[in-house]
Amino acid sequence: MAAVTPLLSTRGLSKSFGGLRAVHAVDFDLPEGQIRALIGPNGAGKTTFVSLLCGRITADEGNVHFAGRDVTALPAHRRIQAGMAYTFQITSVFPRLSLHENIALAARRRLGHDREGVRAAVGHALDMVGLAGRANQLAGDLSYGHQRLVEIAMGLAQAPRLLILDEPTQGLSDSEISEFNALIRSIASETTVLLIEHNMQVVMELAEFITVLNFGEVLAEGEPEAIRRNPAVQEAYLGTAHA
Amino acid sequence: MTPTAKAFLLHGGLVLALVAGHFILPEYHQGNLARIMALAVYAMGYNVLFGYSGLLSLGHAMFFSAGMYGMGLSVQHLGFGAGPAFVCGILAGVVLATAVGVLALRTTGVAFMIVTLMFSQAVFLTILYFTPWTRGDEGFVIQPVDRMLFGIDLSDATYRYFAALVLFAIVMLATSRLIQAPFGRVLIAIRENEERTRMLGYDVYRHKLGAVILSGTISAVSGAAYGLLFGYVGASFASVQYSILPLLWVLLGGAGTIVGPFLGTLFMFYLIDLTSSITTAYMLLAGAALVLLTLFAPEGLAGSFRRRLAPWLP
Repeated sequence: MAAVTPLLSTRGLSKSFGGLRAVHAVDFDLPEGQIRALIGPNGAGKTTFVSLLCGRITADEGNVHFAGRDVTALPAHRRIQAGMAYTFQITSVFPRLSLHENIALAARRRLGHDREGVRAAVGHALDMVGLAGRANQLAGDLSYGHQRLVEIAMGLAQAPRLLILDEPTQGLSDSEISEFNALIRSIASETTVLLIEHNMQVVMELAEFITVLNFGEVLAEGEPEAIRRNPAVQEAYLGTAHA
Repeated sequence: MTPTAKAFLLHGGLVLALVAGHFILPEYHQGNLARIMALAVYAMGYNVLFGYSGLLSLGHAMFFSAGMYGMGLSVQHLGFGAGPAFVCGILAGVVLATAVGVLALRTTGVAFMIVTLMFSQAVFLTILYFTPWTRGDEGFVIQPVDRMLFGIDLSDATYRYFAALVLFAIVMLATSRLIQAPFGRVLIAIRENEERTRMLGYDVYRHKLGAVILSGTISAVSGAAYGLLFGYVGASFASVQYSILPLLWVLLGGAGTIVGPFLGTLFMFYLIDLTSSITTAYMLLAGAALVLLTLFAPEGLAGSFRRRLAPWLP
């Protein structure tokens, strides 16, 4: 495994806001094809870390390599073009545009003027998240949970190499969560997934490997069972969660 | 009927109605309509930036006057004919819009409004500063002999009406195609949610710059055409008033709609025309009408029509 170049890696990645070290010297490797969960208590720096990965905010120090090249200096849209897709923690769709147009925008950057191709990609993505047949509704008219699904569909329609999901199951019902789990497993053969998630059931069910952040640093990394048994993790995170 | 077919019928119907207008309406109203159509092109240009891209400029008079002076000065000082002079006007608009776009798009929101306003004032003052060439406030007349385009005398009322109509129809078709194209869809996406658009991998800056250049160029086309059709070039067209007018036209007609700019220009033109025949305090009446319309139809005429009756309206 060590011989394989990871799809994504960071070295010494750091970001401070004022005096607060949100992310500090993080070394992180994500091999292609893995479903990786990123967990940690509130304020551990998870969203800041993935924002540094996809370029929404720029790093103070360190570098990010993606798909074999150094993307540290690239602006966000160039990193997305290189094959990352990002879904927002706080739902961010185009509320006054139809579902179809929301997802078409995601597909069109890749497919350009190919109208048929875009239509097929939109239909496929809506199918996958179970919103087929609602293509003409305005995204803003959907329930919160359905808007989360639109976000995920927008991610899928980009056919990314790396899909970054920031708390995707927040606000989903139990049945929607199990559908979400099935969906992620079904795309994992084509896409590497980095998942920030608070719902431990989802994490344990989906993740092949887990990275735990605490106070902006990597506290532990390992397979789900090892993480579950790790005393430091239990103290920092699971312990309080189960208290 | 598909939305595209409906839109085609509506826009085609409007053009046909304007053709019929020439044969039905009294001469006075034909003259008005020719002006309205030429100015509606300006409003459509403004709408590309404000209505579809969500960028509010307070300085579009600089693009309108760049077109007008690019055309007028090349007639006056270089002896160009109407055709080449018209092209000069458009080029002046492209160059100015590119330069202003590159600089002004370093800002957003209120700062963008202020920066465009300042650039426009700079253009206005430049025109006054070079009064020996531009004739400043007083302006200058484009002689009928210089207004012959492909053998057509643009100072003739009939040709003028149809020249304005052809230009209007071309720009209306072009803007409606633009917003159907991927580029235009991205502009709308930027208006709706800029951060999401960036995180879908679109270069937001380049799209905005494209929008400024297109919008400025269409405004310059309108300015050059207006000077040619009505035979006058003057600094008043570069004043703040001419930056505010397209904003009002677009707001009244319906920002982000294809027919809105025309409806707004038509409405405002006749509002002032009618109220000024009643009282000298016509701006008071016009203002009251504008306040009422803003209160009860905040999305403008076409915008309200779209929301209530015709969600397909582009």
